[in-house]
Amino acid sequence: MAKNDLQGSLDLLVLKTLSQLGEQHGYGIVFHIQRASGELLNVEEGSLYPALHRMEQGGWISSAWKLTETNRKAKYYRLTAVGRRQLQQAEENFEQFVKGVRAMLRYA
Amino acid sequence: MSLVHRIGNLFRRPHLDNEIDSEIRAHIEMRTADNLAQGMSPEEARRDALVRFGNPVVMRERVTAEDAAMALDSIRRDLHYSFRQLRRSPAFTLTAIVTLAIGIAANVVVFSVLNALILRPLDVPKPAGLYNIVQGPHGFDNQSYLDYLDYRQRNNTFSDMAAYRFLYAGLSTGSAAYKAWFYEVSGNYFDMLGAEPLLGRFFHTNDEHGPNSAPYMVLSEKMWRTRFHSDPAIVGKTVDLNKHPLTVIGVAPASFHGTDIFFWPDLWVPMVDEPEIEGWDMLGKRTAHAVWILGKVKPGVSAQQATDNLNAVAAQLAKQYPTADDKMSARLVQPGLMGDQFGDPTRAFLLALMLLAFLVLLAACANLASIFGARAADRGRELAIRLAIGSSHWHILRQLLLEAICLSILGGICGLLLSSWLLRFLSNWNPMPEFPVHVIVLPDVSVYGLALLLSIGSGLLFGLLPARQVWQTSEAQVIKTGTTGKLIFRRLTSRDLLLGVQIVLCTLLVTASLVALRGMQRSLHAPLGFDPQNVTLALTDMHMAGHSGKEALVLQKRMLDGAEQLSGVTAAGIIDDRPLGAGASSDYVYRQGATDFRTSASVMVPDMFSITPGYLEAAGTRLIAGRDLTWHDDAHSPEVALVNETFAHRMFGNALAVGQYFMTGKSESYQIVGVVQNGKYDSLTEDAQPAMFFAQEQRDASDTTLVVRSQLPSPVIASELSHMLDKLDPNLPMTIQSWPNELDFVLFPARVATGALGVMGLIAAMLAVTGVFGMATYSVSKRMKELGVRVALGARPAQLMRSALGRPLLLLLCGSCIGLLLGVIASKLLAQIVYEATPRDPLVLGGVLITMALLGLLATWFPARHALRIDPASLLREE
Repeated sequence: MAKNDLQGSLDLLVLKTLSQLGEQHGYGIVFHIQRASGELLNVEEGSLYPALHRMEQGGWISSAWKLTETNRKAKYYRLTAVGRRQLQQAEENFEQFVKGVRAMLRYA
Repeated sequence: MSLVHRIGNLFRRPHLDNEIDSEIRAHIEMRTADNLAQGMSPEEARRDALVRFGNPVVMRERVTAEDAAMALDSIRRDLHYSFRQLRRSPAFTLTAIVTLAIGIAANVVVFSVLNALILRPLDVPKPAGLYNIVQGPHGFDNQSYLDYLDYRQRNNTFSDMAAYRFLYAGLSTGSAAYKAWFYEVSGNYFDMLGAEPLLGRFFHTNDEHGPNSAPYMVLSEKMWRTRFHSDPAIVGKTVDLNKHPLTVIGVAPASFHGTDIFFWPDLWVPMVDEPEIEGWDMLGKRTAHAVWILGKVKPGVSAQQATDNLNAVAAQLAKQYPTADDKMSARLVQPGLMGDQFGDPTRAFLLALMLLAFLVLLAACANLASIFGARAADRGRELAIRLAIGSSHWHILRQLLLEAICLSILGGICGLLLSSWLLRFLSNWNPMPEFPVHVIVLPDVSVYGLALLLSIGSGLLFGLLPARQVWQTSEAQVIKTGTTGKLIFRRLTSRDLLLGVQIVLCTLLVTASLVALRGMQRSLHAPLGFDPQNVTLALTDMHMAGHSGKEALVLQKRMLDGAEQLSGVTAAGIIDDRPLGAGASSDYVYRQGATDFRTSASVMVPDMFSITPGYLEAAGTRLIAGRDLTWHDDAHSPEVALVNETFAHRMFGNALAVGQYFMTGKSESYQIVGVVQNGKYDSLTEDAQPAMFFAQEQRDASDTTLVVRSQLPSPVIASELSHMLDKLDPNLPMTIQSWPNELDFVLFPARVATGALGVMGLIAAMLAVTGVFGMATYSVSKRMKELGVRVALGARPAQLMRSALGRPLLLLLCGSCIGLLLGVIASKLLAQIVYEATPRDPLVLGGVLITMALLGLLATWFPARHALRIDPASLLREE
């Protein structure tokens, strides 16, 4: 997902990841998206962190410093109630978008 | 919420940066560990992890930008830099702040007074749509009670109309007697204004059933607190007003003080009680113009419609009562300032003063702009270096503007502090102890808003003026040449203009204040028609102690006898209302034998006074022809009068007036027995007014002013008088005062005007000095090298002076002339307020020129000495 990142889809991926995993640090999010998408989607760290911090300022996610399984200190993010609503909204939007694009491609 | 948080983050940036760093470090370490596990070499593993982040610095900036309001952060840094710049030149900073503080404080104070007296609605619960209804001709503010009733009944544009007037009476509460100021109001007064009582109730329309039917009174909160010790059981108690018992039915809240902005009455009584309290009946007399009408226009009705409606009623009345209401018309004026009489000059003066205050601030801004411009020029090299290393013009400009606005806000805060201190003093100030007068001028939101607006506005003004010069700075030029002579020359012209403007404004202000001062001095020495020096007055009203008619006359005679027997008294007399006092009454005068007694057929409306024999001598009024009144001019002898020169001239031209007759009504004919000199009767600024003096014995008047002339100091006479009068009647409230002191009331507006203008003039003079001084100093210091070369080449001091200071002095001369011209034009406005204020007075013109010349000398003295002490050798060595 480089420059032509579909509008808002990074947010959707991150929010979905957090809703699936409950609580995760930045590296874990990158890792999860890569694995869950069957290696099709590769989130760049350079975009991920500004997005995470923006969403945190927006109140969609909250953060806390915790220890990983390997005893490393990392910043863990989790969804807030606002974030959950945002996720629902973003999913609906994305479905609409995909439907629209698909219809457009099939138009004869 | 998010923005607040992000601004908050600005102040914990180090912490924020740290946190982001460790978050990213953890990420990179995890990736590296995974890469190693996948079999990469340690070096490769770390490189792969780093590469994914791209440029680490940019990355961190982007993340930080999400967390903190970064646009504000750069302003914060500029702000910090500005403060450092200002701290580096404390003299400049202090001068600028003080200059601005004075300019802004002047504006805030004047605006607050303007706001309190003119802009703010009347301080009553429901102020919407209230107007005073005055008579059509300017200056005739009062109406008769009967006309009020007719206006109220016959109009269809007002939801209600109330009548009121204020006066004083003797109040006795059993143990003590004193003078109380009160409102006489119609029954619907409180209901129309929407006032609610603090205690008990107010009276209403249904309490009125004809004359003397509502013996009630409502106390003000202050009166209740101070005189009745906040007695909770006050309602229902009886208090004597002019010896007539009235029942207290309620107490007004502290915030309610009636319908005049500056008047704080002690109590309110129903107007229908007027005959009993005052002892004369104006309720049934259509020619007695004694009440103020306050009307509340119906919502949706314009002032013009209401006026037209009233004029239609007035036309009906004129037809119905051709004698009393002849040619009647009506006008609406803003309530609270006593109609035209006080309102007109107050409005004119305050607007003029506001303009002057604004000019002071403008002059201050011009002053600061030229200093600021000079500073920017001095910093040319610094600015050029900043431009060269990549700063944008816009950034530098923003930084300079920020510096200016920092200064102006600081100045504004100081100005606000200064002015709120002044305003608190003004609010508590009771300029005339005899009258319950004060004006609440505490600042409100609009005042603070104005202060902020003025601060930022003036900051922008003096910050932007040098901006052009910054905009034209090119990095290469300034670094190459430093500051070139050519550049200075060009820059000086824009500063010349600023200084010129400043000098013009300052001269204007100095002229205005000198004109006012001179007018004040003249009005103090204007012929008054009496000589107040060495005279002591005892003011009272016989009704206050329940005396009337013959009984009052007897008491007045005994007062006179008592006064004449005091040692050191050379003359004593009694007049009802002293001239230039609380306001004389007047009456229409007709020629002898007239048959048409409509008011429009009268010859004139002279002020009228009742005097006893001895008054003329005691007051020092000169008798020009005929004889003084004697004790034989009593109720049994023919009715006589003294008139003044203006009266005699208007009625009889150059013919002899003594012995002639005039009439004041159908059967009231008077013979003139003497003519006295002209005088001032209502105000110092009035033109020559006709006046007539009747014999006290032929018309009983209860207002009594005992006039006592003596060479002894006034306090001595005052205590003897008070002792003597106390023995005559201890229940008679009495004010004893020297006449010059008493005249302070009349001189008060002129004093205030002169004081205010004097302060403005002083500030202006100060600004002129700092402006010229700054300019001269700067021009000398910039041209030190050039001057040094001249000295080395043998220039004489005079030549040196001409080249160093010629320009500021030329500016001073031109500016002063233009300012003086403008001042002369503007002073016509002043003439309305300050008596005899005329700029066409050699003393004023000379005074202005001398003042400006002295200011110029003062301001150029130090720079000139500096220039003369140039030592070319050391100066040339320095370079």
